Amino acid sequence: MNFSISLTVNGIRREVALEDPRVTLLDLLRERLDLTGTKKGCDRGQCGACTILVDGRRINSCLALAISHDGADIVTIEGVAQGKELHPVQAAFIAHDGFQCGFCTPGQIMSAIGLIGEGQAGDDPERIREGMSGNLCRCGAYSGITEAVLEAQKKLAEAGSRRDAA
Amino acid sequence: MKTFDYVRPATVSDAVKAAAEPGSAYLAAGTNLLDLMKGGVARPDRLVDISRLPGLDRIERLPDRALRIGALVRNADLAHDADFAATYPAVAEALLSGASAQLRNAATVGGNLLQRTRCAYFHDAASACNKREPGSGCDARQGENRLHAVLGWSEACIATHPSDFCVPLVALDAVVEIEGRAGPREVPLDALHRLPGDTPDHDTVLEPGDLIVALRLPAEAASFAAHARYLKLRERTSYAFAVVSAAAMLRIEGGVIRQARLALGGVAAKPWRAFLGEAVLAGATPGEDVFRRAALAELKYARPSGDNAFKVELARRILVRALTLAAAGTPERVPALPASPFSSLAGAHA
Repeated sequence: MNFSISLTVNGIRREVALEDPRVTLLDLLRERLDLTGTKKGCDRGQCGACTILVDGRRINSCLALAISHDGADIVTIEGVAQGKELHPVQAAFIAHDGFQCGFCTPGQIMSAIGLIGEGQAGDDPERIREGMSGNLCRCGAYSGITEAVLEAQKKLAEAGSRRDAA
Repeated sequence: MKTFDYVRPATVSDAVKAAAEPGSAYLAAGTNLLDLMKGGVARPDRLVDISRLPGLDRIERLPDRALRIGALVRNADLAHDADFAATYPAVAEALLSGASAQLRNAATVGGNLLQRTRCAYFHDAASACNKREPGSGCDARQGENRLHAVLGWSEACIATHPSDFCVPLVALDAVVEIEGRAGPREVPLDALHRLPGDTPDHDTVLEPGDLIVALRLPAEAASFAAHARYLKLRERTSYAFAVVSAAAMLRIEGGVIRQARLALGGVAAKPWRAFLGEAVLAGATPGEDVFRRAALAELKYARPSGDNAFKVELARRILVRALTLAAAGTPERVPALPASPFSSLAGAHA
C-alpha cells in the first residue's frame, strides 16, 4: 500500500510518500526529513524526548502515526529560533543550566513551549513541575528546567505586553 | 510491529462496517494502541482510523441537562473546559492526574475508556497471560503482583483497569453511547467493563464493530459539584498509574449527606463503584466514624490476589481521606498536584 501525506513542518510544506503505514511522526521527522533534533528515547510515550507541537499542541511523536496526521502543522526544535536568535525558552535553558548531556533537551524545550502556550501553570513552580512531568531528565537538571520555564514564561509575557502596547 | 492495512472511513456507519471485519481495530489518537502494537501485544490486521469522523469532538448540554461528551474530545480539552471543571470537578481532577500533558493532549475520551491493563505480564509477550492469549495461564499469580486486583478477580486474571477518568464517571452513573452493526445502543459505564471470570480476554461487553461515539453524564451528576474529590496514591508524585484511587462525591443538605457517590480505582478489572459504602453514608452526618464504616463495608469482600494485602487497607484509608476532603468542600481550582494526598495547596489537608 502506498500513501501520500502532506505536512507543514516548521513553516515549510512537505509532501511525503509513505510506503509503510507503520511510520510514526518521530521516525518520519528523523529518517525521512533529516530533522534529527527530535530525539527517540523510549519510543513508548514514557520519556518525552520526542515531544513536538502538532497544530500548536505538545504531543509524543513516537505514539503518533504519520499517516493519521495528513495535513498537520508541525513545529520541532529546529523551527523555534528566529534565524540566529534563540527562542526565549532555549535562551532560558542555557541561562539556568537546564540540561547536562542534552539528550532530553529538545523534548524539554518543546514541552515547555507547549506548557506556556496552554497557560495553565502560571508562575507556580509546583504547577510547572507537574506540567513538565512527561519529560524525564536522567541527568537530573529538573531544578534548572523549572527555573528556565519560569523565566522564559515571564519574558514571553513581557514581550507580549510590549507588543500589545506598541 | 506487524504491518497492517489502513483505512479512514468518512462516516460512523462505514467505520462500523470496516471494524466489524475480523482483525480490525479502531485508531483514534493511538496513544495506547501504538504502544501495544510496538510490544507485539496488539497485532491488528487493519486499523480503522476514526480520528477525523465528523461531530464526535463536541461537548454539549442536552435539553434534559445531561452532558454529552463526544468520544473524540481530547482528555486535556475536557479537563480544561471551564464549565465542565466547575460542574464535575472530581472528573477534571481525575483526568489531570492521569498520564502526562503530552498524552492528555492527544488521548481521546473514548480511548481512555478502552485502554488496556498495565499488568506487566500482559505487556510482556513472552509471559503467560490469559487476557492476551486465552488458555496460556497467568504468570502474575505467582509473579510480581503487589499492584494487582483485590476485588472481583479470578484465578484466570488478576489485572486491574488503569483509568483514572472512569472512576468518578462510574460513580456519576455515566452512560456510554455506542454505534454497532445493529444500530445505536447505550450501556451504563458500570456495565461496560467486565470482571475477568474465565474469559479475561474480553475487557468489555463491546462486540466487533462497536464504536463508542459519546459519553453522557445524567443531569443529576451536576448536583455533587460542591463536595467532590478524586485522590490517587501512586509510586511517584506524577505521571504514574494508581496503586489505589478513590472518587468521593457528596450532596450535603442541612448538614446531612443526602446522597453519596463513591468509586475505587486500581483495585479491580473495572472502575469499582462502591455501592456498599454509599449505602452506609446516605442520611448520615459527615464525620470520620461514618466514613470509616463506609470504607469497611465497601472492602468487606476484598481479598488479596498475591503480595497485595496492603492494598485493601490502603483502599479503606483513601476512601476515608477522599470523603473527608470532599466533605470539607471542593477546592476552587484543581490543586497543583491533581489528586495527590501530598499536595501542599491549602485545603488539600483535612
